[in-house]
Amino acid sequence: MTDRIKILREQSLRAVNRISSERALLVTEFYESGMDRKVSTPVGRAMVFDHILSHKHLFIGEGELIIGERGPAPKACPTYPEICLHSLEDLEILDTRKKVSFKVDDEVRTIYAEKIIPFWKEHSNRERIMNSLSDEWLNAYKAGVFTEFQEQRAPGHTVLGNKIYHQGMNDLVLQIKATIKNLDFISDPSAYEKREELKAMEIAANALIKFAGRHADELSRLAEKESDPGRRAELEEMCKVCRNVPANAPSTFHEALQYYWFVHLGVITELNPWDSFNPGRLDQHLLPFYRKGIEDGSLSVETATEMLQSFWIKFNNHPAPPKVGVTALESNTYTDFCLINLGGVKPDGSDAVNELTFILLDVIEEMRLLQPSSMVQVSKKNPDDFIQRTLKITKTGFGQPSFFNTDAIVQELVRQGKSLEDARNGGASGCVEAGAFGTEAYILSGYFNLAKVLELTLNNGFDTRSGKQVGLLSGDPESFSSFEELTTAFKNQLEYLTSLKIKGNNIIHRIFADHMPVPFMSLLIDDCISNAMDYNAGGARYNTTYVQGVGLGSITDSLTAIKYHVFEKKTITMKGLLKALAADFLDFEEFRKELVYHTPKYGNDDDYADDQARLVFRLFFEAVDSKPTSVGGKHRINLLPTTSHVYFGSVIGAMPDGRLAQQPLSEGISPFQGADHKGPTAVLKSAAKIDHLLTGGTLLNQKFSPSFFEGDEAIKKLCALIRGYFRMDGHHIQFNVVNAETLKDAQKYPEKYRDLIVRVAGYSDYFNDLGEDLQNEIIRRTEHEGV
Amino acid sequence: MEGLIFDIRRFTVHDGPGIRSTVFLKGCPLSCSWCHNPESQSGLPETSTRSLALDGRIFNEEEVSGDWMNSEDVIREVLKDGVFYDESGGGVTVSGGEPTFQHEFLVELLSGMKARGIHLALDTCGHTEWGKLAETMNYVDLYLYDLKLMDDGLHMKYTGVSNKQILENMQKLAASGKKIIVRMPVIPGINDTDHNFTALRSFLGGLKPAITEINLLPFHAAAENKYKRFGKDNFMKNVKSTPAEDLQSRKKELESDGYQVRIGG
Repeated sequence: MTDRIKILREQSLRAVNRISSERALLVTEFYESGMDRKVSTPVGRAMVFDHILSHKHLFIGEGELIIGERGPAPKACPTYPEICLHSLEDLEILDTRKKVSFKVDDEVRTIYAEKIIPFWKEHSNRERIMNSLSDEWLNAYKAGVFTEFQEQRAPGHTVLGNKIYHQGMNDLVLQIKATIKNLDFISDPSAYEKREELKAMEIAANALIKFAGRHADELSRLAEKESDPGRRAELEEMCKVCRNVPANAPSTFHEALQYYWFVHLGVITELNPWDSFNPGRLDQHLLPFYRKGIEDGSLSVETATEMLQSFWIKFNNHPAPPKVGVTALESNTYTDFCLINLGGVKPDGSDAVNELTFILLDVIEEMRLLQPSSMVQVSKKNPDDFIQRTLKITKTGFGQPSFFNTDAIVQELVRQGKSLEDARNGGASGCVEAGAFGTEAYILSGYFNLAKVLELTLNNGFDTRSGKQVGLLSGDPESFSSFEELTTAFKNQLEYLTSLKIKGNNIIHRIFADHMPVPFMSLLIDDCISNAMDYNAGGARYNTTYVQGVGLGSITDSLTAIKYHVFEKKTITMKGLLKALAADFLDFEEFRKELVYHTPKYGNDDDYADDQARLVFRLFFEAVDSKPTSVGGKHRINLLPTTSHVYFGSVIGAMPDGRLAQQPLSEGISPFQGADHKGPTAVLKSAAKIDHLLTGGTLLNQKFSPSFFEGDEAIKKLCALIRGYFRMDGHHIQFNVVNAETLKDAQKYPEKYRDLIVRVAGYSDYFNDLGEDLQNEIIRRTEHEGV
Repeated sequence: MEGLIFDIRRFTVHDGPGIRSTVFLKGCPLSCSWCHNPESQSGLPETSTRSLALDGRIFNEEEVSGDWMNSEDVIREVLKDGVFYDESGGGVTVSGGEPTFQHEFLVELLSGMKARGIHLALDTCGHTEWGKLAETMNYVDLYLYDLKLMDDGLHMKYTGVSNKQILENMQKLAASGKKIIVRMPVIPGINDTDHNFTALRSFLGGLKPAITEINLLPFHAAAENKYKRFGKDNFMKNVKSTPAEDLQSRKKELESDGYQVRIGG
């Protein structure tokens, strides 16, 4: 690592998160002017975008090679009052909360009190959403049956393809103009909407060119003042880069990176899209520029590495925009889920690993930053040394990169209707979500609490916590004479509750389509321009809305326990079981011991238990998959929790698996913490019994102590473990390499472990930034020591 | 037929190449003072008390060690990880106890697994009639052959049997050309002596080239709990674990003889 990178990295790590009111002020100023009332909604939004980029403060840090910040300085985080409005109390929480706090200074508070809050109060998109949803939806939402992603953030969740590497914004403008010219105002009733959307895209494209031009002007000013000739030359070169991109297609490695970064800033400035917009297949996109630079001598491995490292730091400067209300208190994730993809296959299906892949792995290892996160796509076509090199980074214990099965992802995407080539150009983003990069809007709509469905079934649809009839009257469980009667009631309950979620999604999609178009994002994702339709309205080639199931291990073990104890062994009656659950197992400790220690559990390659995982998976799949969305797409499922399994556990009482009330659920498709005792191969076998190819992603977490990774033999065995899981169509696996003692010590002495990063669930976070319950859970997860 | 199994462990990565499953057969003719699995010695099921903790409360339960299992059921169980054997070049290791102690069952099990194309390793102490060991050669790809003490008197003292048959069997096995990994537990104050290692080197020297690899297994003071549970006296009660570093000079010695040496197997 060069001195320059060392300094920049250190600065990024040390920078304090702050709330910046800059964006909120500019947006408010625009709407106060009444300009938006003179134009259509998309044009108005494009003008807001232009207004922000034309007036925001520019930041160019000393020594930086890649430039541009979303806020006025690194880690100065803007707010999005048009989406959701922070109250003064929210700002107070953000300022003082223990984990991932954001400093809020007096000026911001005053601006919020005097300008932002009075203007947006009861007028943010969040209000619009909440006022449009049914009481049934709201009751289920409040009871913790599901969460709603779009309540506080805009739909996003897409990854850029290779478009910007061969087209400048000027090229896109030409394409827009040609499309406008061909609009048919005589027989196409939506010609006006199309023209307005296209006009908006054009404004947004030009806004980004102007934004880069402002940077170029500033760089040229800095170059004139610069006394160090070396830095002056750099500033002049950077100025040249910013004059060329994003206006035109990039011609060098440097231009390609800077172009992407401007695009990234555009996307996260326009709105706060969930989640993780990122360059995706970086080793594919950059390869032509890298090879050209090496051939013509303008680039070396060292200079390319330094430029990539400078690029890496930009991501780390951008924490996830903080939330409002209860989630401001509960959710404190720093990372915004940018997930760089390496490896995989080329559009023709051949091995995509190249020399740049290995350089990028070196960058990941050396930078050790939370953002961007990284993953490797592993295809049967990729060589073992690629996996083994990656495992040597994983073993250093910061949770990256994680491993994804390219061959499964391609099949998942093709099943959903993507072309083979678009599927091969895809990968995974966010936590584990499969997507066709550059051509798909795949929107995560919210987590769905599978375990809560069983709790409601066991209470005939009544939620004892909220005191409301949240679910269907699915029958008195004491009247069930067979396990099949119970699973039928569960199925009915599940169908009802997923339908509430889907109905809500279809309302929310229309709200975003009509009121919050994203003309800038629409420029980037094919075929929004040729369809003359916004990304949020279904303009992309493929449109997918996901419902993410949570708690597979918990629901499987709970159903298995009922089957085993109530209906087969008859060790307890349904009435007795319900009594034990209501008592949170108080005075039922012996029975709870039977549940925990002597009942078949998911994660041990035991069909008796795993059959219930298959059943729940199939019911969930059938309830959601292929249901249409209101923007012309389809609903699909995936199985990942982020941290919602903790929240979802907190709204459920004791469960038949022996879990006590309010304890976290199992995460992803991993077994319940401590339920697996037959080692990692048994876990992988259990996990592979659900059909991953019917999902858009599953998350499996395996914890290993660092000692397990010692020696090349161990690395080879882990490589084989991954290959074996992927041969069974497993979608993803990640390794947590820490030992419990270290973590316990870190809990006691956080000051000694400030750099300790752990993989939480599809992403990594600083251990110290996790809540105590999450910390405890990570400590508990079964450690698979080598024998 | 049925055999007495005391454990089947999956993802064992130190009992031969690749990812393996290890089947532990119960019953052993030796009674090594340092035995890690005292419950494996008897050829019959044994009952012990096991403590289960749940939220700070302890539940004491009776537990039986040793399951009578059909060889087909054992094979079904180990085949569950077939995909991982394939990917890693692994397979199944049969260990004990002393697997040849249940000779007939062992041969049935080995032949059944071989028929399914599984790579097989046999972890043996070598204390058995040559004919029985020779029969396993039809199926076994790799022997993990335990040597403990080269001096017969000490061997008798600490394991309860003479090492004569063990050493003879090993010579015959080596002569047959089978691949052998020699495994020696290194027990402080008992066999970590220059005398023992000199004798070992001289003995192995005569068996080349069958022996390519030697594993030195450092002593772990981990079995006390088990001895207590099974109501057995632990001879090694006050002996501390050997740190792996302490075996480095032994490792170097053996490496200088041209063997690949691993500490911990």
